[in-house]
Amino acid sequence: MADETLRLHLPEPTTRPGMDPDASMIKVPPAGTLPKPPLDEPDDKMWDYALGMVRVLDDDHGAVGDWDPKLDADTLRKGLTYMMRTRAFDDRMLRQQRQGKTSFYMKCTGEEACGVAQAMALRPDDMLFPSYRQQSMLVARDWPLVDLMCQIFNNPKDRLQGKQLPVLYSVKGANFFSISGNLGTQFPQAVGWAMASAYKNDSKIAAAWVGEGTTAEGDFHHALTFAAVYQAPVVLNVTNNQYAISSFSGIAGGEQSTFAARALGYGLPGIRVDGNDFLAVYAVTKWAADRARSNNGPTLIELYTYRAAAHSTSDDPSGYRPKDEFTVWPLGDPIDRLKQHLIKLGEWSEEQHEALHQELEDEVKRDLKEAASHGTLGVRPCSPSTMFDDVFKELPPHLRRQRQEAGV
Amino acid sequence: MSRMNMIQAINSALDNMLERDPNVLIFGEDVGYFGGVFRCTAGLQEKYGVKRCFDTPIAEGGILGMAIGMGANGLRPVAEIQFADYIYPAFDQLVSEAARLRYRSAGEFWAPITVRSPCGGGIYGGQTHSQSPEGIFTHVSGLKTVMPSNPYDAKGLLISCIEDDDPVLFFEPKRIYNGPFDGYHDRALQPWTQHPMGEVPDDYYSIPLGKANIVRPGSDVTVICYGTMVHVCETAVKETGVDGEIIDLRTMLPLDLDCIVASVQKTGRCVIVHEATRTSGFGAELIAEIQEHCFYHLEAPPIRVTGWDTPYPHAFEWEYFPGPKRVGEALTRVMEDA
Ligand SMILES: Cc1ncc(C[n+]2csc(CCOP(=O)(O)OP(=O)(O)O)c2C)c(N)n1
Ligand SMILES: [Mg+2]
Repeated sequence: MADETLRLHLPEPTTRPGMDPDASMIKVPPAGTLPKPPLDEPDDKMWDYALGMVRVLDDDHGAVGDWDPKLDADTLRKGLTYMMRTRAFDDRMLRQQRQGKTSFYMKCTGEEACGVAQAMALRPDDMLFPSYRQQSMLVARDWPLVDLMCQIFNNPKDRLQGKQLPVLYSVKGANFFSISGNLGTQFPQAVGWAMASAYKNDSKIAAAWVGEGTTAEGDFHHALTFAAVYQAPVVLNVTNNQYAISSFSGIAGGEQSTFAARALGYGLPGIRVDGNDFLAVYAVTKWAADRARSNNGPTLIELYTYRAAAHSTSDDPSGYRPKDEFTVWPLGDPIDRLKQHLIKLGEWSEEQHEALHQELEDEVKRDLKEAASHGTLGVRPCSPSTMFDDVFKELPPHLRRQRQEAGV
Repeated sequence: MSRMNMIQAINSALDNMLERDPNVLIFGEDVGYFGGVFRCTAGLQEKYGVKRCFDTPIAEGGILGMAIGMGANGLRPVAEIQFADYIYPAFDQLVSEAARLRYRSAGEFWAPITVRSPCGGGIYGGQTHSQSPEGIFTHVSGLKTVMPSNPYDAKGLLISCIEDDDPVLFFEPKRIYNGPFDGYHDRALQPWTQHPMGEVPDDYYSIPLGKANIVRPGSDVTVICYGTMVHVCETAVKETGVDGEIIDLRTMLPLDLDCIVASVQKTGRCVIVHEATRTSGFGAELIAEIQEHCFYHLEAPPIRVTGWDTPYPHAFEWEYFPGPKRVGEALTRVMEDA
């Protein structure tokens, strides 16, 4: 047989700007089909979870199957409120950037269920190692928006003293680790944190997040290896929002397999979950957290969702994906889905929803007014006097000299 | 001839090389269909196809490991690292592999790769979109390091980098992508179209690596700089009236020592300016060379003006950035010293 000529494969998405959006290649299994395994289920019995998708909310907005977390209506309304507050906050802060009051902002539109349901399923003292798109977790931990806004404005009330890019928060008070601008670096750190917890015979676990694009980084694989080797009490999460800036998930290896399936080669359970289904995200996260907390080891969760907004205020998606793609996204809008579920339960109404929406808009506006009264990046930023602090615990002589020369 | 900004000049260099050499490939995060977050590769995938210009997974170590393998197998890869601040996951591939492949195989294998990466601050990028890590790489034997200061040089130097058979780091100071930034963020930026170095031939040309450029001849003091700082130094010289001889290094390694030595022996004074942090920065190397070669000609201690030894603070870019005021003070001081 003559040798075949080798061909180089280069992944390309099926649609581009100017084309009709198309989601026909996305296979969405019906809700309620996968059973909920015991907490000590061996990872090699969990292939179906990595390749399939856990879903609880069905097309008629009912909650079906084994994974239904059976949350009471108050908890569901609380989740809905957190998601809506997050969206109101995002919309308002995007406008601040457009008005030049800050340099940069990143929305999480479409991904609110991921952050809120996960934060609610974890305990408040579990340590979070978030990416930059998890503001909803801070909202769900009731962290004041004013504090976040002050960081975004780099004003004198910015606890990070103007040192960090807007939205790269650090909120130790909410057990929310300092966010790095370097992708993926915090994934293995979360494993280390969790191992320290185990070493200290503590009961607190850790959880970490990366985007699907970031799973290509070495740090993602370091985390999985170390988590598996030391059976660290950690929940590792991949938010698969289909895009990494301009590149579709195929560039990260999404053509070949699911991101949850990455776990299997390392000997960890991997579970893919409908990321726009509040109930499913809650249930899967709770399962993984309980598993970690009961010394049954780490889990990798893939949150299957869609980045409805631009990557950041520096980005314009009309340059790389069809307009209105979100409208054909088969998993819908997470806020709308929880709302419809509550309405179906007879626990919510369009009128209540509209009233809550208005209330949150007003609340965020009030918060914004307060934050901006302390100053914004252009007008009354924080003082550079602390610019040389915290490079080290104590200011070494060379930095003392430089500070003097800088005259700050 | 066309009027180009630095982004267009870089794009033009890549375009020429894709056309001339079928072994040239371009890749990196978001560089393909989208054309790069700074638009340096815009239109190239459309013109040359996805095989010649494509997106990579987000894995800088993977990008440069792949580039080395391709380069060793006869291609001329031009990889983009989206921001110089994100080059560190590829550190091992650069330092242990690209830099040493030729040496450890006694010339059997080599990796003719070019690594393009935007560097420098002044765009409110915070600590992870502002760094100038060039000095880290000049410390590694086996890597060449280049930083242009204008569109004309950017194109000619980039073409030389791509044609070079050794690994080259090509740092692009993003603050001057659109115009020769004079160091005053509160003034309007002059566009490259109004600057003589914004006149760029559309066709192929190259500028050799290792040749500095005397941007402004002068007799009082030698001012050594590169990248954005060339324009800041021009401003400072104008403002102080000190007759500075401004040398734009263009290439840090190989270094044009002859040019530096001739100038410092003539002026007897020297100010070195870079945006990168001070301690163990490239300025330290320059001062050492100057001490060794010009000691008996020096009339004053050489001075460094650099970024402070802190991360680049988001809110205080202009307190951090070594602007015309600080450079001007150094010029005045070096002239006062007996
Ligand atoms: C090490 C590193 N490389 C590159 C970047 C630039 N960058 C910032 S966000 C991003 C895309 C990340 O995509 P994904 O992981 O899918 O997360 P998403 O933004 O979708 O939440 C890139 C390439 C970076 N911040 N760090
Ligand atoms: Mg993504």
